[in-house]
Amino acid sequence: MADAPQIPDEAEVRARWGAFVWSPENAEQAKKVIARYPEGRQASAVMPLLDLAQRQVGAETQTQGWLPVPVMEYIADQLDMPYMRVYEVATFYTMYNLAPVGRYHVQVCGTTPCMLRGSDDVLAACKNKGLVKGHTTPDGLFTLTEVECLGACTNAPMVQINDDNFEDLTYDSMAALLDDLASGKQPKIGPQIDRQTSCPEGGPTTLVEMVTENHDYRGQW
Amino acid sequence: MSDAPTPAPAPAPFVGPLDDKDRIFTNLYGFQDWGIDAAMKRGDWDNTKALLEKGQDAIIDEMKASGLRGRGGAGFPTGMKWSFMPKESKDGRPSFLVINADESEPGSCKDREIIRHDPHKLIEGALVAGFAMRARAAYIYIRGEFIYEAKVLFAAVEQAYAKGFIGKNACGSGYDFDVFVHRGAGAYICGEETAQIESIEGKKGQPRLKPPFPAGAGLYGCPTTVNNVESIAVAPTILRRGASWFSSFGRDNNKGTKLFQISGHVNKPAVVEECMGISFRELIDRHCGGIRGGWDNLLAVIPGGSSVPLVPAEQIMDAPMDYDGLRALGSGLGTAAVIVMDKSTDIVRAISRISYFYKHESCGQCTPCREGTGWMWRVMERLRTGEADKSEIDMLFQVTKQVEGHTICALGDAAAWPIQGLIRHFRPEIERRIDENKGDAPIMEAAE
Repeated sequence: MADAPQIPDEAEVRARWGAFVWSPENAEQAKKVIARYPEGRQASAVMPLLDLAQRQVGAETQTQGWLPVPVMEYIADQLDMPYMRVYEVATFYTMYNLAPVGRYHVQVCGTTPCMLRGSDDVLAACKNKGLVKGHTTPDGLFTLTEVECLGACTNAPMVQINDDNFEDLTYDSMAALLDDLASGKQPKIGPQIDRQTSCPEGGPTTLVEMVTENHDYRGQW
Repeated sequence: MSDAPTPAPAPAPFVGPLDDKDRIFTNLYGFQDWGIDAAMKRGDWDNTKALLEKGQDAIIDEMKASGLRGRGGAGFPTGMKWSFMPKESKDGRPSFLVINADESEPGSCKDREIIRHDPHKLIEGALVAGFAMRARAAYIYIRGEFIYEAKVLFAAVEQAYAKGFIGKNACGSGYDFDVFVHRGAGAYICGEETAQIESIEGKKGQPRLKPPFPAGAGLYGCPTTVNNVESIAVAPTILRRGASWFSSFGRDNNKGTKLFQISGHVNKPAVVEECMGISFRELIDRHCGGIRGGWDNLLAVIPGGSSVPLVPAEQIMDAPMDYDGLRALGSGLGTAAVIVMDKSTDIVRAISRISYFYKHESCGQCTPCREGTGWMWRVMERLRTGEADKSEIDMLFQVTKQVEGHTICALGDAAAWPIQGLIRHFRPEIERRIDENKGDAPIMEAAE
């Protein structure tokens, strides 16, 4: 994963993406985003706009999306920033893909809390399904990345696939997850065991009333 | 229970277990709706106007009296931090509140639960805190990977606007206050307050040199306070129930309730709100079903997220889980992200993986950190496999000391401390690996 992304040939990219413009909905959304920041501080919108652009590219290519250079130039123009400032941001943050990825970007957390709970097994399941770290499968379906802590440590090990988290995984549930995605089924999001979010497995040790009703504890203050 | 706290004549401090009625985050697990109507039934946005009518100084005094210390890891008193903000703008610059939801410390997953299940506590807290420090707006910086959580937060902010709780004349108080959400895009370093400000300004998240401190010149050059999500989200409840209620929990200087996040080798990992100062044993037995394989199987614990040094089993078992209790063990409470490791753990690999994390997340600005984190990770890998020489243990320790304190932000320190903790407590294990790897081969100096 430390490998530098294989940025595609520039001439081809320009031919494909040189005419990039916002879709009508995204043009509206971009205006809304820029309005969140004070006058003259529109550069603040660069991160949300890069994300929006990556999603639009994704929608057009049926993948998670990436950021071709002409798209970054387009954003730089809109925000009146030098292109290099946009490129700097795109290369600094890990969620911007600088090269095309597959339809599903499988991001396995490998940091210590997940490692302790079995992220090795999750990676092994990926490997046995033909996924290779840092690469996209030949059918263009999966790109595998080992990422750093995604902040779901009490539900370790976990994987983020595009916008969804899948938690409390095992070798088998990870393999099943990949099978489901490959066959076009939508797997259940969240914990893959019988568990409510970050609640202890088997039911809460606190705030039990909340399970069945929207309890107001103020009466007991 | 807690081992002899202080031999003072005062009554022993209350260190848990907490009653449900004293828990702040009642929808922590999301059994109920996060939406504004359900949240109001649970007590959020209940006459917030009356809280604001106490006045700015009274709110800050109440926060100071509550003993709340910043929940993002450093533990700086929250009320005092708010009081650093200018009382009036002499040059027309507005003030800003930035709320740090860039939760990326390995082990930490509490802000996520607050945002996706109790977002109105955070938004109400933003108004109260922003009002107290005379800020014009709050920016909530949520980490990019929290995609679902950000959706909830955007929607919750919209709900609060629709009810007139924020925006012009917020809650009918006559005070105008906006709340904006800014999504990150995957950089641990943006949890550092000045890096976060840079990031909101649309730049790479590289920390700034201090001074000037953000309270003087922060976001867009304006006075800014950066607070953790949990610190802000508990504020309305503290103001409603009073400082004395909050300070009735925990030991002196370590007051209040806290979200603990227990991961790793416990039977039932979980996030749970408990009293500060609760003993490690009680926390695990009561809420996490005990240590996997029993208490005899406990090897070590990282009690506050990956940046704090680990603590061996026998020292932590009955230790109080609060700032001072863990500092006394050479570690820290950090974000209360408790990573438990049992005897099946490859402890050197566990720490080496943390070193890899810091190598990955170094922003590259300061040489000791940019070069040091990679170097330290490579040596850690040599220690893990045993191919290192024993002298490298001391060399590594010395290099961690050269990184620590020689960088703009604390990431260098955070990379150094786990390694120091490992060497301090598990040197025999590292040496054993080296011995095993070298086998019984004769040492070269004996030849000729």
